[in-house]
Amino acid sequence: MSVTYIDAIHQAMSELLEQDPSVFLYGQDIAGNFGGAFKATKGLHTRFPERVINSPISEDAMIGLGMGAALAGMKPIVEMQFADFSSIALNQFANNCASHYYRTGQSVNITLRLPCGGTAGGGPFHSQSLEALFAHFPGLHVFCPASVADAYQMLKDAVSIPDPVVFMEHKYLYRWLKAESWQSSEALPPHKARIARSGRHATIITYSAMLPECLRAADELAASSGYEIEVLDLRCIKPLDSDSILASVARTGRVLVVSEDFPYGGVAAEVIALIASEGLHLLDAPPMRLNSKDCPIPQHPKLWAAHRPSAESILPSLRYLLSL
Amino acid sequence: MNGIAPLETLREPALKAYRAMELARAFDNKISALYKGGKIMGGVFLGRGHEAIAASQGVFLTQGKDCYAPFIREMAGHFAWGDSILDAARSYFGSVEGITRGRDGNVHWGKPHLGNPAPISHLGSGGAVIAGMMLAKRLRGESGSVGVICSGDGTTSTGAFHEAANLIAVEKLPIVSVITNNQFAYSTPNSQEFACESLNDRGKGYGMRTHECDGRNFLDTLSCMQRAIAAARAGEGPQWVLAHTLRACGHGEHDDAAYIPSELKEDYQQHNAFITGSQQLQEQGWMSAEEIEQQRRECIDDVQAQITLAQREASPNPNNEDWQAYSYIPQS
Repeated sequence: MSVTYIDAIHQAMSELLEQDPSVFLYGQDIAGNFGGAFKATKGLHTRFPERVINSPISEDAMIGLGMGAALAGMKPIVEMQFADFSSIALNQFANNCASHYYRTGQSVNITLRLPCGGTAGGGPFHSQSLEALFAHFPGLHVFCPASVADAYQMLKDAVSIPDPVVFMEHKYLYRWLKAESWQSSEALPPHKARIARSGRHATIITYSAMLPECLRAADELAASSGYEIEVLDLRCIKPLDSDSILASVARTGRVLVVSEDFPYGGVAAEVIALIASEGLHLLDAPPMRLNSKDCPIPQHPKLWAAHRPSAESILPSLRYLLSL
Repeated sequence: MNGIAPLETLREPALKAYRAMELARAFDNKISALYKGGKIMGGVFLGRGHEAIAASQGVFLTQGKDCYAPFIREMAGHFAWGDSILDAARSYFGSVEGITRGRDGNVHWGKPHLGNPAPISHLGSGGAVIAGMMLAKRLRGESGSVGVICSGDGTTSTGAFHEAANLIAVEKLPIVSVITNNQFAYSTPNSQEFACESLNDRGKGYGMRTHECDGRNFLDTLSCMQRAIAAARAGEGPQWVLAHTLRACGHGEHDDAAYIPSELKEDYQQHNAFITGSQQLQEQGWMSAEEIEQQRRECIDDVQAQITLAQREASPNPNNEDWQAYSYIPQS
């Protein structure tokens, strides 16, 4: 059997609806036979007609509604069609939901599913990776699964966590990433980074759809030059697993952070700030980062492929890092 | 008064509402004086002119059963719905005994577990939250509850307000959306805030049943709110209430409201809900002039005592603050 990343998300929601009557799904075009823009909810409305609910095209109100329902004891999973549109809902999520526990002592158990990241032809407004934007606000957990098993388990974890969680699911991985099962023998808490590849000459820290690119670059470098690169999959970018980050840097002494989001104030910037402030003594070379370009995401597949990091651009960065 | 509800059914709510108005007036006066004396840090927002509208909401709602989103000028609504003077005072002084413990202040408090979300400053953001609370009740099969949302004329210009109003109408939730047109959004008059003839046109556009009242006429307001809330509670769908008044103060106490024409201010002094309410209570034989005056003094004394208590309570100590934005902290 082969299951995809989006199958895992569907399966997690199906089980959550089955097992917990306080879980409900809310989003645009998710009910009926349509099943959402990417079909993640297909078939769920038939089985749970009252708890798979279509919303109007109102991102702000979708999150506001989810928040109110959460305050009233429900566990809403709100689906945006594209992470890009979550900017409209930023106020409700980042100001209203995120600050609520600190302000009042009552947590808001809401999960926000954001189909994120670039795909060929997606263009400037259907491609963004906005995890750093959400991570900026205190009170939000931000999950970025990069494996089929994580897509399944971390979505279930997100709903079990009583705080607001942003679940960034990468569109590129939806049907491209496959596994034998959505279940994994490796039971890792959602906030823990995972060593996706062991190594000793340098560390790449990454997450989401950059993970396969980094693994490919590491494999190619091993094959061509014999360097063994450790690849750390962050899985959760807020709060950061600083212990695993610093431990890996301590093992290798060299670090490249690869992230698909924009560079300024992005996840890579945050990780490097952490390493520089808490682990400078562990480094044998300056920490490096590789992001998408500080430029809107272009539509044409050729331009898009050059805009984001890929194994082809990660490889020379790694070689440079190893040369320092 | 259109006579739909027999007047006698308004007796109890009227007495309760008028007392809440007196408490709110006394509270506003005291808080304003303390602000001007430099005793309160941050903003102070009064509900002068809104008292009857707010109190008329609270008296028809039950904590723990209904949902209520008062905003910055609905102190009378808080009191009518059952919140204490101490709850309100603690927020202004940042008492560690209060709900927000100095983490938020002024009128930004609520009791979400009882159906009253703590508002944020972003206008219009509370509507969808009440919608979610009411949807949760529907999903759990609970009926007979109602939600009330308070917005001003300015708030109706926001995207958040529009999205929530449309969603509420689409879902046919048992919600009353009350628009208090106090004629000024901070300093901006109605003419620069909206171009439709009446804000009720917007309610109709969303597909809600609309109601309208003179917020300075105590019994007219009470009766209007009673009808709208009863209709929503009875399953007749979302209701929209447009209540007219004047904001008889600045946006906050830092604002002298010099932009409000003096004729309007003078007119308010002659025609407001305290004057009409006092007359109507006496006309109905529900309270005498002496009883009204005695109640006014009692409310002032209550407010004085409770605010003094809040002032004496400890303020937050940064050394004891946990600075924790998460309720769930992952183990390292």
